[in-house]
Amino acid sequence: MLNTLHVLVQQSWQTVFVALRALRRNQLRSALTALGIIIGVAAVVAMAAVGNGAQASITQQVSALGENLLTVFAGSKRSGGVNSGQGSASTLTLGDAEAIAREIADVAAVSPEVSGFAPAVANGRNWSTSIVGVSPEYLQIRDWPLAGGAMFGERDVRSSAKVAVIGSKTALELFGPLNPLGQTVRVKNIPFVIVGVLAGKGAGMGGQNQDDRLLVPYTTAMKRITGDRYLRSVNIQIRSAARMEIAQAQISGLLRQRHRLAPGQADDFSIFNQKDIAETVGSVTGIVKLLLGAVSSLSLLVGGIGIMNIMLVSVTERTREIGIRIAVGAQASAINLQFLIEAVTLSLCGGLVGVVLGVATAHLVGSASSFQPIVTADSILLAFGVSFIIGVFFGYYPARKAAALDPIEALRYE
Amino acid sequence: MNAADVAAAPVIRLRNLCKTYRTGAVEVRAVRGVTLDIARGDFVAVMGASGSGKSTLMNTLGCLDQPTAGDYELDGVDVARLSPPQLAVFRNRKLGFVFQGFNLLARTSALENVELPMLYTVPLIPRRERRRRALFALERVGLADRHDHHPNQLSGGQQQRVAIARALVNQPELVLADEPTGNLDSRTSIEIMGLFQELNAAGISLVMVTHELDIAAYCKRLVVMRDGRVIGDTVNPDRRSAAAELAALNRTEQQADLN
Repeated sequence: MLNTLHVLVQQSWQTVFVALRALRRNQLRSALTALGIIIGVAAVVAMAAVGNGAQASITQQVSALGENLLTVFAGSKRSGGVNSGQGSASTLTLGDAEAIAREIADVAAVSPEVSGFAPAVANGRNWSTSIVGVSPEYLQIRDWPLAGGAMFGERDVRSSAKVAVIGSKTALELFGPLNPLGQTVRVKNIPFVIVGVLAGKGAGMGGQNQDDRLLVPYTTAMKRITGDRYLRSVNIQIRSAARMEIAQAQISGLLRQRHRLAPGQADDFSIFNQKDIAETVGSVTGIVKLLLGAVSSLSLLVGGIGIMNIMLVSVTERTREIGIRIAVGAQASAINLQFLIEAVTLSLCGGLVGVVLGVATAHLVGSASSFQPIVTADSILLAFGVSFIIGVFFGYYPARKAAALDPIEALRYE
Repeated sequence: MNAADVAAAPVIRLRNLCKTYRTGAVEVRAVRGVTLDIARGDFVAVMGASGSGKSTLMNTLGCLDQPTAGDYELDGVDVARLSPPQLAVFRNRKLGFVFQGFNLLARTSALENVELPMLYTVPLIPRRERRRRALFALERVGLADRHDHHPNQLSGGQQQRVAIARALVNQPELVLADEPTGNLDSRTSIEIMGLFQELNAAGISLVMVTHELDIAAYCKRLVVMRDGRVIGDTVNPDRRSAAAELAALNRTEQQADLN
């Protein structure tokens, strides 16, 4: 038994070289045959890399939003069939935010949020940026550290002080290498003194740059910048992850009551938590993964059929060679092995090229988007495993056909 | 059996050998009871018109096919009872084939063609040993200097020599040749027959199928078949010598050149 195995291994080894040479002889044909496998494997590898990268990037972004964060947006997702976008409706008031802070037990901190887009002028430069009005708790809620200075305080909110905390990107655009602390930036001709600089946070969920913004007290923003009495959203930090759902239900109830919504009437606000966002994005990437997976499986299937086809052609073309090998004493099992190994070699070569192509594609996607694709050893091993199985599966029938040839007929074959 | 008996025992012993093909409803009785002994060191020509059953007999002798009735002993073993894998071992170890169409692997060097049978020999022969034996076999047929040539770089006669080297490489009990000169011109045919005579003189047993009388004339023994039966089995009364004829031919050519 051991001896048989040894012979089999040795013969397989010899056969690999024979197979490689046969493939080299028909380079173009081999390449075209392997194309299906190449595309399939490349798709699998690229998909896995991009998928993993996207997942990691989303997880990181979601956790970067802050811990145990709930966000109430003004305006329901759907009103009368028309969705005009979150925060667009004028339904959320400062009173709502105060009521949430006062009446919901599990709330740790609340920050109303208003925002507008306006040019900021400083240091002789002009830069359009988001002016975001928040409360001092905002940074704690969003888990956002400062690179320098300090956040404005409750007194600044009460007095609608003209102070600002500047985003790292905005600071760079307006001040370059200069320290922006203590400098003045003018928005709508109102001078704001910069009291703090935010640490860089990178791209947000929607891909917009979170570092391009100017945080000011919400009171100041409402009075002097947006001129609006309504809030875009309310950021709420809940005391513990376990209380998130209960708190969300309580907030929803409170707001429905305050907005005097009858039972059965739709919410005129929407509440998001990190989990929702992660799930939404996750389900989207899941669908994309599924689609790519389906495409690559189909490609692999077609590739496998291509290999079977070309192996059948090869068996027919080489009928005489098979006859000669049988005549000089090749066992049927050796012939079977030879063609099986050729099929597997073909599909594995396709797999190898596919992996290289897949990794290259992933890097190309990575350089064109905001996240880094992650190529894992798993996905490469999987790709090779699948190539191997395809080779064996689709090579089996042609190999069996070759081994079953009648040597007398095969030697006469023209 | 003691050593003397082995030497005396025929390499091939056929008793009432029959081979019947069934193609659909039609029965073709290709070989209808052949009884034949072939001694070690013999050089037999099997002759007959096409359809006489000589090819079927050769395929059966070559263990490419199993007889439907009768006994076939090769080197003292009842081959008719062997399984296909066992037959493959017999083809590999005991038999060498030479075909009319040479049947070399294209795009494969002469050396590798000669090595081919050894790839399937169990226990395995190491690479270097395979190479050594293949080179030796090529030397024996006078082609050692062409070992790296591919079949398409060789003449017909040279290709047939490579095929003969391949048949010899595993030191078989018997070499079977099926119309070995059928694709060759007359001078090359004589050269090949000369090689066969040389090998036979060195003790190799040969059975050759041919329908050409002048080629059969180089053999020691003539077996004639018709309708699946042996109708003639004689010692060749006036055997031709390829070596002498070639020498004569060379002389004639030289004289022609001088004139």
